[in-house]
Amino acid sequence: MDYTLREWVDIAGNEPLSSAALQAQMEESGEDAEGILSRMQALLQCMKEAVRDGMQENLKSVSGMTGGQASRLFRRYQEGKAYCGSLLGKATAYALATAESNACMGKIVAAPTAGACGVLPGAILALLEEKQITEEEAVHALLTAAAVGVSIATEASIAGAEGGCQAECGAAAAMTAAALTELGGGNAKECTEAAAFALMNLLGLVCDPVGGLVEVPCVYRNVGAVSVAFSASDMVLSGIHCPIDPDEVIQAMKEVGDALPGSLRETGEGGCAACPSVCRRKS
Amino acid sequence: MDLFDIIGPVMIGPSSSHTAGAARIGLVARMILGEDVVHAEVGFHGSFEKTYQGHGTDRAIASGLMGFAVDDPRMRDALRLAAEAGMEIHFHPVSIRGAHPNTVRLELTGVSGRKLEMEAASIGGGNIRIRSLDGLPVDFTGTENTMIIQHHDEPGVIAQVTGVLAENGINIATMQVYRHRQGGTAVMILELDGVPGGKTLQQIRTELGVKSVQFLHRRIG
Repeated sequence: MDYTLREWVDIAGNEPLSSAALQAQMEESGEDAEGILSRMQALLQCMKEAVRDGMQENLKSVSGMTGGQASRLFRRYQEGKAYCGSLLGKATAYALATAESNACMGKIVAAPTAGACGVLPGAILALLEEKQITEEEAVHALLTAAAVGVSIATEASIAGAEGGCQAECGAAAAMTAAALTELGGGNAKECTEAAAFALMNLLGLVCDPVGGLVEVPCVYRNVGAVSVAFSASDMVLSGIHCPIDPDEVIQAMKEVGDALPGSLRETGEGGCAACPSVCRRKS
Repeated sequence: MDLFDIIGPVMIGPSSSHTAGAARIGLVARMILGEDVVHAEVGFHGSFEKTYQGHGTDRAIASGLMGFAVDDPRMRDALRLAAEAGMEIHFHPVSIRGAHPNTVRLELTGVSGRKLEMEAASIGGGNIRIRSLDGLPVDFTGTENTMIIQHHDEPGVIAQVTGVLAENGINIATMQVYRHRQGGTAVMILELDGVPGGKTLQQIRTELGVKSVQFLHRRIG
């Protein structure tokens, strides 16, 4: 399974992108639809548990840099004060909870990686609770997200060490934007355009973990990326078309990633990692 | 690659490349060795070398070598558990020309004295690529049903092995064959559509020229 975004759109035809993804997965694995959907359902369950784990107030990572912050963001949402509003406010808190659970060696679902694991669940679980989409719709949205992830991994990379954070949080935002677009009634082509907008808006994002740890700025970038995903999806669902071919945006992401110096590709030597106020924290 | 390589694996944080991928590399190495590991020399290259302690990559490799799955919470304590189980494990930097930034070189000794040298890269999202076995360049991911056969380079070995698989109705999806030199040691990597039974594996083990047969079930760990 190494389809480009354009190929996914062609395969989907008049069907939603999740149908094409399900069909391709059936052909790839020989599993029936029910088996695939139940495996994805199990991953959705795992995502819920990671949010719960990450929401604990007393959570702390080994380094002490992160943990326990998601509960603060969630409280602001609960008090109705979040500028992001009810849906995005909850999504950002859930994204942070998942990312902090990961930083604290909790059990998470890589989506597409652990460093970016909060973005997709943040959006989908908030939508599940706030907009009353069904579990079944949520599971299908995960298939859509995965299809986009396959294209990015095939055409570029999903490793921060290769492509910078644009390949992790950027890819996660693209996958999430596609999922949100399908849930909002968008067709397969619109899903890929939303993915392209999200990736475009995070293009060039470097991987610069302080002390080499997946904590700062990683957990906060999950919050940023989920916001990018929502706005990308809203643009497409409002009728705005991405002026660049979505596969070309992936290609651009690869070229930018290749051009990044080693110091900005997960080595913990440049960017945020080199800021004097934090760079004493070497791993 | 399939959808569950992207959404998934379920794993212990903090890094799919540095914990899940590394744990899977350890697990695959242990399975290819085919027995408990008593001694491991672990060489970290590139990004692995720079950040392995902070990411817990050392714990992840040890966890895999212990045979723990990538979502096993015991990963956090794997160094202590490995020491308690009598596994001696050392970490050091290596520089491998042209290698992926997240590459590890493992030199393992098993409980029976069996040795294995393996190089593998963690290529993102917990996915891995095995790049060398006992000094021979190879290229496989361990995500398919994979049979690894170490054998002597002599006429007929490949025909015997593929013959046994044919008799048992198992289709070969991909096949790679490497050797040190003519008549020397060689390795066959076969990705299979089916899962060979114990009897089939035993049958291949007894074929002339075959030194060892290991089978990695699709999506281990």
